[in-house]
Amino acid sequence: MSPVRAPPPLHPDFHPEASIDAAGPGKLDPSHRVILYLEDITVSFDGFRALDRLTLYIDVGELRCIIGPNGAGKTTMMDVITGKTRPDSGTAFFGQTVDLTRMSEPEIARAGIGRKFQKPTVFERHTVFENLELAMKADKRARKTLFATLGDEARDRIADTLRLVRLASEAGRAAGLLSHGQKQWLEIGMLLVQEPKLLLLDEPVAGMTDEETDRTAELIVSLAGEHSLVVVEHDMAFVAQLGGKVTVLHEGSVLAEGKLESVQNDPRVVEVYLGR
Amino acid sequence: MDDTPRTPGISRLLGVLPGTGRSALAAFGLVAFVLLPGLHLFTSGKSPLHVSDYVITVGGKVMCYAIVAVAMDLAWGYGGILSLGHGLFFALGGYAFGMYLMRSIGRDGVYQSDLPDFMVFLDWKELPWYWRGSDHVLWALALVVLVPVAIAFAFGFFAFRSRIKGVYFSIITQALTYAAMLLFFRNETGFGGNNGFTDFKRILGFPITAPATRVALFMLTAATLAAALLIGRSLVTSKFGRVLAAIRDAESRAMFLGYDPLWYKLFVWTFSAVLTAVAGALFVPQVGIINPSEMSPASSIEIAIWVAVGGRGTLVGAVVGAVLVNLAKSWFTMAFPEFWLFFLGLLFIVVTLLLPEGVVGLWRRLLRGRAPA
Repeated sequence: MSPVRAPPPLHPDFHPEASIDAAGPGKLDPSHRVILYLEDITVSFDGFRALDRLTLYIDVGELRCIIGPNGAGKTTMMDVITGKTRPDSGTAFFGQTVDLTRMSEPEIARAGIGRKFQKPTVFERHTVFENLELAMKADKRARKTLFATLGDEARDRIADTLRLVRLASEAGRAAGLLSHGQKQWLEIGMLLVQEPKLLLLDEPVAGMTDEETDRTAELIVSLAGEHSLVVVEHDMAFVAQLGGKVTVLHEGSVLAEGKLESVQNDPRVVEVYLGR
Repeated sequence: MDDTPRTPGISRLLGVLPGTGRSALAAFGLVAFVLLPGLHLFTSGKSPLHVSDYVITVGGKVMCYAIVAVAMDLAWGYGGILSLGHGLFFALGGYAFGMYLMRSIGRDGVYQSDLPDFMVFLDWKELPWYWRGSDHVLWALALVVLVPVAIAFAFGFFAFRSRIKGVYFSIITQALTYAAMLLFFRNETGFGGNNGFTDFKRILGFPITAPATRVALFMLTAATLAAALLIGRSLVTSKFGRVLAAIRDAESRAMFLGYDPLWYKLFVWTFSAVLTAVAGALFVPQVGIINPSEMSPASSIEIAIWVAVGGRGTLVGAVVGAVLVNLAKSWFTMAFPEFWLFFLGLLFIVVTLLLPEGVVGLWRRLLRGRAPA
């Protein structure tokens, strides 16, 4: 068992020492209302501080939108949460016990964090059905996958998801042949069958038509509650559609947080972002 | 959970083949197990139907290459791992089994010693420790598998864990086989230096050049090739195979879905190395020699060219490519020996530019073009 180092308890609900005994290290324990703790995260690339003592909390079941100008650190924040980038300092905990800064990308994915990339990323040479099959929650270790077969329950689940993302008629086609919007939807479908507790969506409606955007907003809102969601978005109309709390990032740290209207009226936010 | 009755392993393996694949396999079995052996053993040398020693030997040799090509395609075509060092594993399999063949010579060598001739020549008095047990065929066969497993696993583990990919990986494998070649060239290494192993007399007590022995080795090679294709097909059509291809096409997507590329790559890489070593072990008794030139960088590059020519990511294309290129090589090295390497280079360029999916891809495109819309 890896020892979990105790971070400075900035957040009143954060008690990793107490919870490790209850849930065991590496097991998600979201028992204290907060599912994601980012505290004092700093990431520098060649002297440029992409994240500068970023502190951010996401509640269980929350739908949070992250906005901010280019270079504000939105994607770097996603990279830290999913293990792609190691922070220079600071702590990142998933629930009370899962120390994200010590885990690899696949381990974090298995712990229950799903990520949708900015550019839709699907397996282009696999069929739509196979894309969902590979994404589906299962034992994903190589030796288990060697002899894995797809059960009826899993097939039903894939069929349901295909209907939800409106790709049922495309199930047998190579994913590379889908339109841009369809690929976005397929990737969202893949996230859903992965059954993550926390979903990170990087510009989920980029390149979608207005109608597709509306449906995506509906879907995301319906997922909140059962899942926790973090949505990075440029499109203000879409952020308004989602409702929920908004965090504005600027130069690697949080500039403002709150309801969209109050954030939009914050003079500092207007200056760095919205006013331009 | 699963109420379907268990089907025997072999019919499940056959079940992964499409209808045409099953017919092709049956035709291959007829030629390799009935027609050629029959015409070799039971017709006289004067008969126009007689199949000569040469055909049986070259056929066996080319099938060994075809097995290597299948192994290469599993790693490269499906795993995206381009090895330019598979000659090393081929040679390791060959040397491991060659040790047994050298010991089987007994006292029939030039110096009539219990030691292999090259050791007598070096004035060695006893076998080096790593030759111990090599007179037992089972131990030799175990070495054929265990040595490449150990080397491929250790090398692959560190390379894939460090996320070494693409051309960097290829260059390191090339350096690996080159270093091994230099090592095996040295007499002190204890594997016959630049002459390698040759002058084998018998295998399992049977004279090694007798027609029946040749035919038995030929059929064993054919069976191994068929098994390699069937196992390879079932591997790439399994969920494992789909994950492997997913890692090849979009590695970070696969990682964020929870798949650790390390173990997927390591499995297919090690399996590919072992299959290549088995082909090497079948090659040595049929061709009668193994020496360090099998580990030369050019030999390993040639393996990649077979697969590229046939069409990677198809398995059957690997076999087609290995056969076509080696038949062309046989003809070229007799007709224009000095131009063979130029031709090989030209072939690689033409295939890369004009036939990215190889001969099999071209064939499929022609079939599709002809099919009624």
